[in-house]
Amino acid sequence: MTSAPHEPASASPHQSVPGGDWFRRYGLVLTLAVVCGALALVKPTFFSAGNLINIVRQISINGILAVGVTYVLLTGGVDLSLGSLVALTGVAAASLAHPGDWPALVPILAGVLAGLLCGLVNGTVITAGRVAPFIATLGMMTAARGLALVASGGRPVSNLSPAFTSLGGEVAGIPVPALILLVVTLGSWVFLGNTRLGRHLYAVGGNEMAARAAGINVTGVKLFAYALCGALAGLAGVVLAARITTGQPNAGIAYELDAIAAVVIGGTSLSGGVGGVGGTFLGALLLGVLNSGLDQLNVSAYYQQIIKGVIIVGAVWLDRRTRAR
Amino acid sequence: MTRTAATPLVLQACALAKAFAGTPALRGVSLDVVWGEVHAVMGENGAGKSTLMKLLAGHFPPDAGEIQIDGQAVRLRNPHEALARGIVMIHQELLGFPELTVAANILMGCEPVICFPGWLDHRRIQREAATRLDRLGLDIPPERLLRELSVAERQMVEIARALAHRARVVIMDEPTSALSEPEANALLAIVGELQRDGVAVLYITHRLEEVLRIADRVTVLRDGRHITTEPAPGLTASRLVELMAGRAAAVSATRSETVTGEIALEVQGLGRRHRFRDVSFAVRQGEVVGLAGLMGAGRTEVASAIYGLAPADEGEVRAFGHPVRLKHPRDALALGIAMVTEDRRESGLVPQLALRENMTLASLRQFCRGPFIDHAREARIAAEQVRAFAIKEAGSRQPVSRLSGGNQQKVLLARALLTRPRILILDEPTRGIDVAAKADIYALIRRLAAEGMAVLLVSSELPEILALSHRVLVMREGRLAGELDPRTASAAEVLHLAMPD
Repeated sequence: MTSAPHEPASASPHQSVPGGDWFRRYGLVLTLAVVCGALALVKPTFFSAGNLINIVRQISINGILAVGVTYVLLTGGVDLSLGSLVALTGVAAASLAHPGDWPALVPILAGVLAGLLCGLVNGTVITAGRVAPFIATLGMMTAARGLALVASGGRPVSNLSPAFTSLGGEVAGIPVPALILLVVTLGSWVFLGNTRLGRHLYAVGGNEMAARAAGINVTGVKLFAYALCGALAGLAGVVLAARITTGQPNAGIAYELDAIAAVVIGGTSLSGGVGGVGGTFLGALLLGVLNSGLDQLNVSAYYQQIIKGVIIVGAVWLDRRTRAR
Repeated sequence: MTRTAATPLVLQACALAKAFAGTPALRGVSLDVVWGEVHAVMGENGAGKSTLMKLLAGHFPPDAGEIQIDGQAVRLRNPHEALARGIVMIHQELLGFPELTVAANILMGCEPVICFPGWLDHRRIQREAATRLDRLGLDIPPERLLRELSVAERQMVEIARALAHRARVVIMDEPTSALSEPEANALLAIVGELQRDGVAVLYITHRLEEVLRIADRVTVLRDGRHITTEPAPGLTASRLVELMAGRAAAVSATRSETVTGEIALEVQGLGRRHRFRDVSFAVRQGEVVGLAGLMGAGRTEVASAIYGLAPADEGEVRAFGHPVRLKHPRDALALGIAMVTEDRRESGLVPQLALRENMTLASLRQFCRGPFIDHAREARIAAEQVRAFAIKEAGSRQPVSRLSGGNQQKVLLARALLTRPRILILDEPTRGIDVAAKADIYALIRRLAAEGMAVLLVSSELPEILALSHRVLVMREGRLAGELDPRTASAAEVLHLAMPD
């Protein structure tokens, strides 16, 4: 549908975009504007602060996951374990977050670290073990879910300290999860467009052999991508646990697919090397707006699924068409 | 077989021309194939042999000229249409379906079925496959899985498959290059069988002895042109080499004659299993050493080993006198060894990245403050390089895939040079690029050498390698076959050393 606003191959403050590329660059913004406008016409309350904040809160978990998996998709890989990692890290954090246990920072870091470790395992199996990313992370998806169930005894971990659950609350009227998503997105945006490692991610995804021949440590780059993706899944897991005030071993089922959908709608190619985190953010936003808008219009949840499916495929189909020139 | 007026022509190529990305590969080649003959096609690397064969087998259409089958002009839009008209090409790499049985492979595409829904008639498949194998005198059980067979046996299965499709012309591209002596002999015997069945065989090979043994006629191509077609009896090996090499280089040799610089790169007994062995040579500062040889002789593998892309497993590399371990291109770059790889698309460019980003990919550290890229500096240096290399582009932020081959090659050269190497390895630096870009790159190589760069030049273009190099090393079947002085050596001498006996 469009490219990310900060994809290295096309984004520059001083760049003149040829007419043909216009839709690719701004199509998603345009689509989002059209959808929002239409919703506002039907539901005048759509643009109220309360509704907008609500939407941002709702997309924050998926947004954080989507930003993380953008790194992996940029290298040409995939991570199917995100949903299970959300559950596992949520349980891990919650187990350390009972009142009087530890300062809130400890469970938060524990959750993120657990995600990072799982991501490292994914990356190691993929690079050193030469297992296809699909298979490796499919295995992690199953195993991490099992681990979450074992660690929690299959029961939700509740009774969490207020300091910890405040992570799911608000600061000055703005949801903390949304702030976290914003920081993660902005940080990734700067990182991918402006650092050496960021550039290397694109190179590895674009042409692995060429990247290697240019002296890039391909294994290291991939390990980094999976580890960071895992860590962000850990962060999402912690935030979710804080928001629902329990560590849920059954949380996050199929979250990885929503995250990948947001990334793909955002213009990142599944074959790697193209895209960026700005598009991912917009993709997640579009999905969130649709969810919330369709809810408010009382569209049945069954039809919502159909509409979402069409949009995911349609976005990629449009992207292909505008690219094949 | 000699041609008489009554001999039917099965297949004719009439003034076929084909260019890839503006670079002509074939410039009007005519060729005819007579019923039941073995017709060898010879030429140096890049002479246009494979392009001609692929045109005839329908892999892509010619830009000009026409193909006639039985005297009728035909348009072959894909290999399937060629097959329907009895023309089959046997590929070295695409040898059937490894997980299926020999019988299934032989009858793939023309399986006998029982009635409407397409039930396979397994018994008949077995029987027919066995018949084909028998007719070729092959002792391969039809129920074996293809992956259990050797490369030679797989090729024979492909030939049996061609017969099952009632092929009248079988095209083979260097079928014996990967085979051992007895295997090659068995394959050649089958070529004889085909001939007795009236099937014509078009046969690309570099093995002179084979040609003289089995071919009825020989066609020689050079630089995309038809040089001659002659009856094989009466030809000699040296005459063939002369025909293939042509006259001396078109590139003027203006290099300074002797190089006395310090030894920059020294290779001792380098080897990698099944690829090359016992390779020893040295390159001095300011010297261009050419590495010549046929495709598959191991030149690229030697270059890749020195650069750490495909590390050697025996022998020693010394850079400026110190033994070095090269396990990754990073190691090589850190030591001042840079390489421009052979295949731009496969291992050179990152097509999704812009020109600028491709250029700085190997030297990004120079453009960084801490972890952050200094975009302004990167843009400035890239613009300088674009000017210095006279790269024609529409802005250094455009995707590199939209550039012409010559400009892409210059981007990759700039990428290598931005790492400030002292040893530069160039693998086919002018393949598939236009004449102007070629001239630029030649001038660059000479200038770099004059400034003290040690250059290892791998090239299949004999005039190029003879004109640019101070010394030419010739590889044959994974070993150094000899060293020539390009001031006195001719292209024919290089070819003589490069050809297997």
